[in-house]
Amino acid sequence: MSAKTLYDKLWDSHVVRQDADGTALIYIDRQLVHEVTSPQAFEGLKLAQRKPWRVASMLAVPDHNVPTANRAAGITDPIARLQVETLDANCAEFGLTEFKMNDIRQGIVHVIGPEQGATLPGMTVVCGDSHTSTHGAFAALAHGIGTSEVEHVMATQCLVAKKSKAMQVKVEGVLGKGVTAKDIALAVIGKIGTAGGTGFAIEFAGSAIRALSMEGRMTLCNMAIEAGARAGMVAADETTIAYCQGRPFSPQGENWEKAEAYWRTLHSDEGAKFDALVEVDAAQIKPQVTWGTSPEMVVAVDGRVPDPASAPDAVKRADWERALAYMGLQANTPINEIQIDKVFIGSCTNGRIEDMRAAAAVAKGKKVAANVKLAMVVPGSGLVKAQAEQEGLDKILIAAGFEWRDPGCSMCLAMNDDRLSPGERCAATSNRNFEGRQGQGGRTHLVSPEMAAAAAIAGHFVDVSN
Amino acid sequence: MRKFTLLDGLVMPLDRANVDTDAIIPKQFLKSIKRSGFGPNAFDEWRYLDHGEPGMDNSTRPLNKDFVLNQPRYQGAQVLLARENFGCGSSREHAPWALEDYGFRVIIAPSYADIFFNNCFKNGLLPIRLDAEKVDALFKAVEANVGFKLKVDLEQQTITAPDGTSYKFEVDAFRKHCLLNGLDDIGLTLQHVDEIKAFEAKHRAAQPWLFA
Ligand code: SF4
Repeated sequence: MSAKTLYDKLWDSHVVRQDADGTALIYIDRQLVHEVTSPQAFEGLKLAQRKPWRVASMLAVPDHNVPTANRAAGITDPIARLQVETLDANCAEFGLTEFKMNDIRQGIVHVIGPEQGATLPGMTVVCGDSHTSTHGAFAALAHGIGTSEVEHVMATQCLVAKKSKAMQVKVEGVLGKGVTAKDIALAVIGKIGTAGGTGFAIEFAGSAIRALSMEGRMTLCNMAIEAGARAGMVAADETTIAYCQGRPFSPQGENWEKAEAYWRTLHSDEGAKFDALVEVDAAQIKPQVTWGTSPEMVVAVDGRVPDPASAPDAVKRADWERALAYMGLQANTPINEIQIDKVFIGSCTNGRIEDMRAAAAVAKGKKVAANVKLAMVVPGSGLVKAQAEQEGLDKILIAAGFEWRDPGCSMCLAMNDDRLSPGERCAATSNRNFEGRQGQGGRTHLVSPEMAAAAAIAGHFVDVSN
Repeated sequence: MRKFTLLDGLVMPLDRANVDTDAIIPKQFLKSIKRSGFGPNAFDEWRYLDHGEPGMDNSTRPLNKDFVLNQPRYQGAQVLLARENFGCGSSREHAPWALEDYGFRVIIAPSYADIFFNNCFKNGLLPIRLDAEKVDALFKAVEANVGFKLKVDLEQQTITAPDGTSYKFEVDAFRKHCLLNGLDDIGLTLQHVDEIKAFEAKHRAAQPWLFA
């Protein structure tokens, strides 16, 4: 038998049937559900008088629309409230397990899946959300789907899919001080572009990846979609297995032993062939800051805003010019001279306990700069929040002038009240810097939690590796 | 799903790369629990001068006259001509819903984000990939000719310009079949119920913890 990639193994073990042209039915082990992309799917089921195929495979949580302050008062926006209530009603009607808004287990769907052990190695995981690639950190095949597909998976437990090509992104070496998984992700996107991974499933490999914690691997796989790849993944190893042990949805007893043995096989075989290979030297990566309106518009913190005159082609030049105009930046400005108005630490990319710790470590004993109007920290889940409070991180952050909020997507996409005003500039640990992402006219710079906290203290970007 | 077979439609050029799904339909409209009615808010932030919120009377909002969608010559467009990596970003199916609701039936671009591309087919919208040079030629032709239309024939997989220039395009056989016949994926998949059950039994035996 020929050597297989991790992606081959995950794909092969889930093919229900495959047509001659490659169109396949893939069995789905886990579907995560949230309020924004599910109501039309539930409605479709009802209209067709269909029942979910395997209701125990689903786990639901409201996250995009929930308020992050004064939650006891409920959701004031009537349309958002209706959407969350619709999720509650649908979960009750169809029998899904749901962590409701005031449940301590509530949080961003991509944070709670792994936290609960609802994401496990070897699984196929889908969710009506593009950052489902996060779960690939567990050697799972995980990707975002549209609402029609949400309904399809609910009704049939399967997804119609064609196999992607396989790309290996190999990061060898040791990361420098202050350099994180977020910086690897941004550096890779800067290198291959936001469409560089389109049509591919990316496996992140190499010594720098193996050295990452599960949380770091999640950050990295989370951003695979920003490189255009629907799925990102990392092989299972001791780190993976240790993380999974003892979580509420994790296997126990005899099943644990069987599972563990199987999970150890979830890596690419020696000599497995990839359709594309990207190599990155970990030691060369510096803390990254995006300067434009696409995650590929990124430079190292000691760099400068690029000059459109040096763009590789006319379409790119026009893009860069438009981005600079939107961002209110001049070509050649040193990154560390860019002043910021707001700071957002959170999201499914960087809203986990290690991210909270990293932010608190930078902020400890310091004060948020006077020109920073708002610096907010939004834990990714109620359990992350509780853990951080147990460690006293909330006190450190609050003393430094940060706001400490309730869990949710918050200013990552600004569907709730947390948003930028036109022209405001934000250092954000989220994953998208598109026009208007954090509020109409808002200007987003993507960075790691360390970099965001340091920018909050200095009032402008600073190099945390110094 | 609405069938797609043939179209002779007016073309609207959207000359920028990496148009993301939040630009196609901004997040505030995602609070809707319906599938329809997103058309008036397609490209909301580029299209109107004020900030749009659900429930507004869009017919009274100030238009951004510079945005291509508002130019008189492109009213009634059914073919959207775009640049690379169209539909990147969020997986929201509200993006194809909004484009379809506005009146677009075909998109032509050099490349698309995978999830968006997939979502189009589920909604009677045909996304066509064409080489960047050909797309570029089409951009020039549209700009030079008011009322420029393209004939799109899914059965033949061809796009034909008024001057007779014709381009062949590729489309996945299964998706083509579904689109031509307006078929619902779920119904098709449920024809394989026995195979799914057989797979599930085997999978359960191999990885019982997934079913615990
Ligand atoms: S935190 Fe942001 S990227 Fe993640 S699921 Fe929520 S809105 Fe999407």
